[in-house]
Amino acid sequence: MADIALKEPALRRSVFDGLPLASKAAAACALEPLPPATRLAVRGRPGVAEAAAAALGFPLPTGVCQSAEGGGRAAFWLGPDEWLVIAPEAEAATLAPTLEQALAGVPHAIVDVSHRNVALTVSGPRAAYVLNHGCPRDLSLSAFPVGTVSRTILGKVEVVLWRTGPESFRLECWRTFAEWVVGFLNEARREFE
Amino acid sequence: MSAPFRLATGGRIDRSKPLRFTFDGAAYTGFEGDTLASALIAGGVHLMGRSFKYHRPRGFLTAGPDEPNALVGVGASQDRYTPNLRAPVVELHDGLVAESQNRWPSLRFDAGAVNDLFSRFLPAGFYYKTFMWPKSFWKTVYEPKIRSMAGLGKAPTAPDADRYTQVYAHVDVLVVGAGPAGLAAALAAAESGRRVMLADEQPEVGGSLLHDVTATIEGRPAAAWVAETLAALEAKGVQVLTRTTAFGYYPHNMLGLLERVTDHYANPDPKLPRERLWQVRAGEVVLATGAIERPLVFPENDRPGILLADAARAYANRWAASVGKRVVIATACDSAYRTALDLKAHGIDVAVVADLRPMPIGPLVDAVRAAGIRVEAGTAVTGTRGRLRVRVAHLSRLDGRGGAHAPEPVACDALLMSGGWTPTVHLFSQSRGKLRFDEGLQAYVPSVSVEKERSAGGCNGVFDLAAVLADGYAAGESAARATRVRAPASRAFPVDGTHPVTGGHLGAVPHSRNPSAVKAFVDFQNDVTAKDLKLATREGLRSIEHVKRYTTTGMATDQGKTSNMNALGIVSEAIKAPIPQIGLTTFRAPYTPVTFGSFAGASRGDLFDPVRKTPSHSFAVEKGAPFENVGQWKRAWWYPRPGEDQHAAVRREVKAMRSSVGMFDASTLGKIEVVGPDAAAFMEMLYTNAWAKLGVGRCRYGVMLREDGFVMDDGVIGRLAADRFHVTTTTGGAPRVLNHMEDYLQTEFPHLAVWLTSITEQWAVTAVQGPKARDVIAALVEGVDLSDAALPHMSVVECRVCGVPARLFRVSFTGELGYEINVPADHGAAVWQAVYEAGQAYGITPYGTEAMHVARAEKGYIIVGQETDGTAGPDDVGLGWAIGKAKPDFVGKRALARPAMGAADRKQLVGLLTEDPATVLEEGAQIVADPVFEVPARMIGHVTSAYESPTLDRSIALAMVKGGRARMGETIYIPMPDRVIAAKVVAPVFYDQEGARLNG
Repeated sequence: MADIALKEPALRRSVFDGLPLASKAAAACALEPLPPATRLAVRGRPGVAEAAAAALGFPLPTGVCQSAEGGGRAAFWLGPDEWLVIAPEAEAATLAPTLEQALAGVPHAIVDVSHRNVALTVSGPRAAYVLNHGCPRDLSLSAFPVGTVSRTILGKVEVVLWRTGPESFRLECWRTFAEWVVGFLNEARREFE
Repeated sequence: MSAPFRLATGGRIDRSKPLRFTFDGAAYTGFEGDTLASALIAGGVHLMGRSFKYHRPRGFLTAGPDEPNALVGVGASQDRYTPNLRAPVVELHDGLVAESQNRWPSLRFDAGAVNDLFSRFLPAGFYYKTFMWPKSFWKTVYEPKIRSMAGLGKAPTAPDADRYTQVYAHVDVLVVGAGPAGLAAALAAAESGRRVMLADEQPEVGGSLLHDVTATIEGRPAAAWVAETLAALEAKGVQVLTRTTAFGYYPHNMLGLLERVTDHYANPDPKLPRERLWQVRAGEVVLATGAIERPLVFPENDRPGILLADAARAYANRWAASVGKRVVIATACDSAYRTALDLKAHGIDVAVVADLRPMPIGPLVDAVRAAGIRVEAGTAVTGTRGRLRVRVAHLSRLDGRGGAHAPEPVACDALLMSGGWTPTVHLFSQSRGKLRFDEGLQAYVPSVSVEKERSAGGCNGVFDLAAVLADGYAAGESAARATRVRAPASRAFPVDGTHPVTGGHLGAVPHSRNPSAVKAFVDFQNDVTAKDLKLATREGLRSIEHVKRYTTTGMATDQGKTSNMNALGIVSEAIKAPIPQIGLTTFRAPYTPVTFGSFAGASRGDLFDPVRKTPSHSFAVEKGAPFENVGQWKRAWWYPRPGEDQHAAVRREVKAMRSSVGMFDASTLGKIEVVGPDAAAFMEMLYTNAWAKLGVGRCRYGVMLREDGFVMDDGVIGRLAADRFHVTTTTGGAPRVLNHMEDYLQTEFPHLAVWLTSITEQWAVTAVQGPKARDVIAALVEGVDLSDAALPHMSVVECRVCGVPARLFRVSFTGELGYEINVPADHGAAVWQAVYEAGQAYGITPYGTEAMHVARAEKGYIIVGQETDGTAGPDDVGLGWAIGKAKPDFVGKRALARPAMGAADRKQLVGLLTEDPATVLEEGAQIVADPVFEVPARMIGHVTSAYESPTLDRSIALAMVKGGRARMGETIYIPMPDRVIAAKVVAPVFYDQEGARLNG
């Protein structure tokens, strides 16, 4: 029987399975789980940002709370020497080695956190207001324009919040906090049901 | 019930929408737009409650949030009951149920009123003087009795059925208060095009303009101007929040605002929160919080029917509720003359205006005289009569020498008073702004700002309407300019139908009555009289902060809004020092009481705290496992079979694991990936062990110390590559360990090229332990030689398990042959299931944290935080072998060199075997050397872990005992409440001392 497990790679199970994401409030603020992704925590000495371009197709952003995108990949500035790189799931086995190669000349660290984080889209005309129930950042378009990314908090949980459009955000959190995050956002958007 | 005091016309109430409500069980009717106070006043009700200390009958004093007396409990059911609400700010809705407080058996007859008769025995500082002896009585007798007699409302007994939300907001300009100054400020700020928020605690904007029926602004009646201004603000995108109290001013222009969303609805929409707590970060703040009218402190000034003059004007003009049929007005300020004129215009008999000032002059005074109202100058109220409602006011002409002539009794059913106006500087003061005493105004006004704010209008000591509007506009303009946007020019608002107001009085009103026999109230809510304050000064208290605490003046829930300045005036006169020398007590948040619900917000029930579940959580749920809370994690405690209790389940799990194979969910263990060219050098510094020479693919048990040399954490660490370590920590210690590492890396070792990443959640971990462990996993693991030679105990290999990438550790926390399979977390449930199925042939037994604890104790493996308590060094818990003696340095090394760390009588880890093998010791129990002892006994240690060992079939325990390792074979004693238990000191490893089973 054990041989069966070898032949069929163990199934993935999303933390969002069974969570109450649908809501009558969706017109004001919708929650949608995002598919699995390749995620790399990238750290390193100065020079990493430029060197990464060889693997990513673009350099890592160096401006505070900036993001960069290209070829289905995105990189988030989280700190002066810290980035989160997100790529399609299909690159799970290849992206890290490619990036290792590109950064070979600069002291660095790449750690696979593909399964540590999960992501959902928070979108709609009241998305920022709903997020502001737990996130103390100014989420107005002038203070937090499209493309801004911030490691911040949502209530009692650390999140990475990336503005993907005037009314949409990608919210990343650690997997075990997803249930709380969904519950919290549901509570916050209940007035729009 | 009819409303005999409802005026025939006027008011901002909607007479087409009658609302029914009850107060103390009696039915009343009001109208939409009424408050509980205005509807009751229209119904002729003034008796609202009993006072805090003397249980004196009390009525309404004010028409706003400064109300000290008329506190009510509101709510038809316990789950929606709120005590201590101020009736003037409770909006009426159909079906509202309110009750009075602090009375027994009834409001009209209250047994506690005997306190009033014995009041000479209840002076200021009474509690401090009386209840000091005997000391033991405080907790058992005095405090419970005092608490049941005092206190006002009763806390509801049922959980709050309502929801509360919290939201952060950022604005460029926040205007607090939407009276004339605030509206003008918002107009100016809105011109800038920046984000402007205007918040006001009332249901509609307008502030004092809502009860000003004579003033015109820019040619329009005040109310019409308010409506037009509101429309203009909303058109410009100003966020206008009504029913929203700015209650706290915190550093960096963070203000707390409480919005009451549904309290005014009879049937609130369940989707809406009852209240919304706004945490507003403002670029600039305009405070336009207005001013509060002061009472006059004359004897018996607290009877129902005695109100502030402007409150009576507001009740008449705004709510069409008359406070009486025949009123007497006592004043020291022009503004009460407006009340006289407006009440007379409503057809109310104004018997007399008694003015403290010897020669009141000005257009308002002239107008009152012209209206045929009697004005008595240099005259004070020196007493009143009427048990449950004032019926006579005694007016006495002042003799100019601090006394008064014989009184003239004047019949009345309402007595209105005005001692002038106190700027509402609470928020300014909370912002740490400095106040100054304005001699002309006889008031504290804002002086030096600390935050980016400015005050305007009444709270800035500006009272004339035209000046208030101009001041507000200028403040709004200055706020907008400060946000670096071109601002408009200043603006004048032509105003008519209003007159400047001067005058006021601080302190007690003179009278010639026996000062020890009369009560002239200063603080109505805490029942503090002028006499109490004078007593405090006679007893030597000088600082207003001391007087406040001794007499409790200003310490009630209204924070002395109506009383503080009069208290200052009385103390000033008593100790013959000017007011600025006496100082001012601190204003603290909240400005008005805030519900606990709003502070809790969403943090209740399931959202109180995140619950972290492992990928195989649902497996444990299906097996009926109870869960143990470890930090935020839920960990399966044991997996009971039908009919099994904890004891039986744990026993079965341990035995099965030792005899064949068990599986354990270790996903919660903290995991940190330490990566970089200097990873090994960093590990050398953070752990006591040596790492540089640890081979790739090998593991080591690491011990982490704090810099004081005590054990902080431990865990197995695998080297995946020359520059990459997979570090495990205790479940609860993961964040602490990462912070500790990051702290040292950033402050002490920034030169090291190494980085730390939490991977706790990246990997799901299935531990497979027992002699058959290898057989179970062999078929699931791809391309790895699992033999002892290729993958010995304490090694790690990256491979594929069940077709997914894995980190396979050969480690053991049970003493048996063991593996820990790490797979990416989304695959965790499937791999756990695959192991479970593959193990069926060997009777694989899932075991929980309790069996894990028992198994590791049988082996003498410590748990940091159970065997250690923050004062145990590595040698104390038998980990001396893990210290790299040759290492030049590591965190804690220097502290370990202290002689005390090697003292022979330190508490050391030992095993204990009770004389009676069936007796299981209690964890935490103290240990003594001699079974015969006197209390307090000299304790030599304590039990840290104690279990019934299924493997040894007897009880075992681990303990920390002074000089324990030198006591091997000795008998020590554990005193319990009912007996003394004897136990033998043994080595802490109870099973498989030579470790042979690690190899299966």
